[in-house]
This record gives sequence, C-alpha cells and structure tokens, in this order.
Amino acid sequence: MEKVAEFTTKDIPTACSAPNALVKKESITSNFKYLIVGIVFGIVFVKAEIISWFRIQEMFRLDSFFMYGVIGTAVVVGAISVFIIKKFNIKTIQGETVIFHPKKFNKGQIIGGLIFGLGWAITGACPGPLFAQIGSGFLAIIVTLLSAIAGTWVYGKFRDSLPL
Amino acid sequence: MILEFIKQPLPWYVAGILIGLTVPTLLLIGNKTFGISSSLRHVCAACMPAKIPFFSYNWKDELWNLFFVIGVLLGGLIGTHFLTDSGPIEIASETKAQLSALGVKDFSGLMPLDIFGVDQIFSLTGLIFMVFGGFLIGFGSRYAGGCTSGHAIMGLSNLQWPSLVATISFMVGGFISTWILLPYIFKLIA
Repeated sequence: MEKVAEFTTKDIPTACSAPNALVKKESITSNFKYLIVGIVFGIVFVKAEIISWFRIQEMFRLDSFFMYGVIGTAVVVGAISVFIIKKFNIKTIQGETVIFHPKKFNKGQIIGGLIFGLGWAITGACPGPLFAQIGSGFLAIIVTLLSAIAGTWVYGKFRDSLPL
Repeated sequence: MILEFIKQPLPWYVAGILIGLTVPTLLLIGNKTFGISSSLRHVCAACMPAKIPFFSYNWKDELWNLFFVIGVLLGGLIGTHFLTDSGPIEIASETKAQLSALGVKDFSGLMPLDIFGVDQIFSLTGLIFMVFGGFLIGFGSRYAGGCTSGHAIMGLSNLQWPSLVATISFMVGGFISTWILLPYIFKLIA
C-alpha cells in the first residue's frame, strides 16, 4: 500500500501548462462557451491571414512587420488585462478568484523552444493555426496535426531521460 | 457594402487586440489559462496514455481545451467560406522573390499547395514539411512547456521571464530553420 502511494507522488506528471483552475464542476454543455471563444479566435486567424505559411516566412525573413505587430499587440492587451484583473481582484463569472500560474524555468524552455521554432518555420504554423488551417480546407494539415500529437506522445514517453 | 468591408483582411492591430483579449476572456469565463498545445497532450491522454505518467491524469477535467481547439477549427472554416474574399494573398516582394528562388511555385492562396497540398502527403515534400515539421512542433512545444499561445502570449502577459526565454528560443529556432534548414530542404526535394 505504502509503495503505491510513494510511486504516485513521485511520478505525478508536471502540471498542465494551460490548466483549468475552476473549482466548480462544469457540465459538458458549459464547455460550449470555450467552443465559441475558439470560433472567434479561428476566424481572426483566417481573417488576418495569420494561418498563412507565407506570413510566417515574412516574419522570419524580416520582410514584414505584420506578425510582430500582431503578437506585440496581443501581449500588450493581454498584459494590461492581467494587470487589471489582479489590481481590482476581478472574479470569474462563477465568482471565483482568478488563478495565475507562474512558470518555472527549466532547460526545456530553451531546448524545446528551439525545436519548436524549427518546426514553426517549416510548417508555417504553431498549434493554434494548425487547427484553423484544417478548418480552412487545407486537409493535408491533418497529417501535420497527427504528427504533432505523435511528437507530444514521444516527448511524454521519454521525458525522464531528457535533460531538464 | 458592409459585407465587402467584413471580407477584407484584418489589420495587425485589430487581430492583435482580439487575440490579446482571449487571455482575460478565458480567465473570466472559467479560470482557464490560455494555451493551445496542451490540447495535443490531452489527445494523447485520452487516446493513448499507455501507462505513461505524463499522460496519466484525468483529461476530462481539461475538456474545455479540446472544445476550444475544435472551435478554432470551425472558426477557420467559417472565416474562410463566409467572411473572406478568395483572392491571392499579398506577400512581401522580398519574401516572394526568395521563396521563388528556393523553388516555391504556388502563391495563389494562404498555403503553397505544391508543398501542403493533399497530393504531397505521400511525397518526400510531405514527409519533411508535414510529418517532420509537425513532429518538431508537438515535441518541442511540450518540452518547452507551451507554445506561442501559452508562452509568448499568456506567459508574457503575466510577465513570466521563463516565457520570455521560451519565446526567444522559438524565434531563434525559426530563424535557424528559415535561413539554414529550409535552403537545404528545398534542395533535397527539388
């Protein structure tokens, strides 16, 4: 019995990086609000042509300010929002305190970050645009998505032997 | 008139503001931290946990993330078919010239179909650009603990310096890939 407990505490996987911090249990139907936020997000991706492989190439070739403008503005708007939420202790619609998750530094952010960047320029997409590209009708990108899932799985399988 | 206006591409600042607003929206409607690559992990946990500790958690608690990415897919569909004029995309002339020189031929849409077309899936081109590229995205984002959304947008919004390290690494990787790897890849598939 004791051994089982020890095993589980030792091997608790690192927490989810985009966690659900809501205490209140949500029903399946209440998840539809995230679907709607996702739809708006996907429309913006297509409408601003962010899902384009060419936009990402322009960014890495320093030929266009567009993507830097998008990401920069998003960060500024996000940072102001986070500041306001913290400053005025704004609660969620369920009345809970908003929980922020500090990121701990590890070497993975450098090594994994570099690997991610290599893939970003090749595919012209990060995970969000992958979904929007498929929706947009580029069905071959299903292969890219499946391979990204496989990459995630291989990471999970070998994470204990990777430098952290 | 109005429809014509709606169908025009969004300027960068409008797109940036809307994407930035996703951060407080997700926080306030359900205490959710913005991050997209986690959805890939949830798919692994749901479909093939294989007793791996990293995938042994209750993925149903994170179902919201899967709803979100399905939404992004649907948004891509709605945006393309109802809200966009299917004209050629404007590409910076310098980038276009460089890509032509590398061997890209199709500049008619958002993605070059001579690389990302369905008929390329079983070719060397597809193997490199889709299979290999996709693998790097999935492996790298999880290794880094997040992708552009989780680190560059959510992490930087919350002033987390490890996210700045990750974001810089993403960019450095992208520059290496564009300037060193891609010329080699295009020679390989020519």
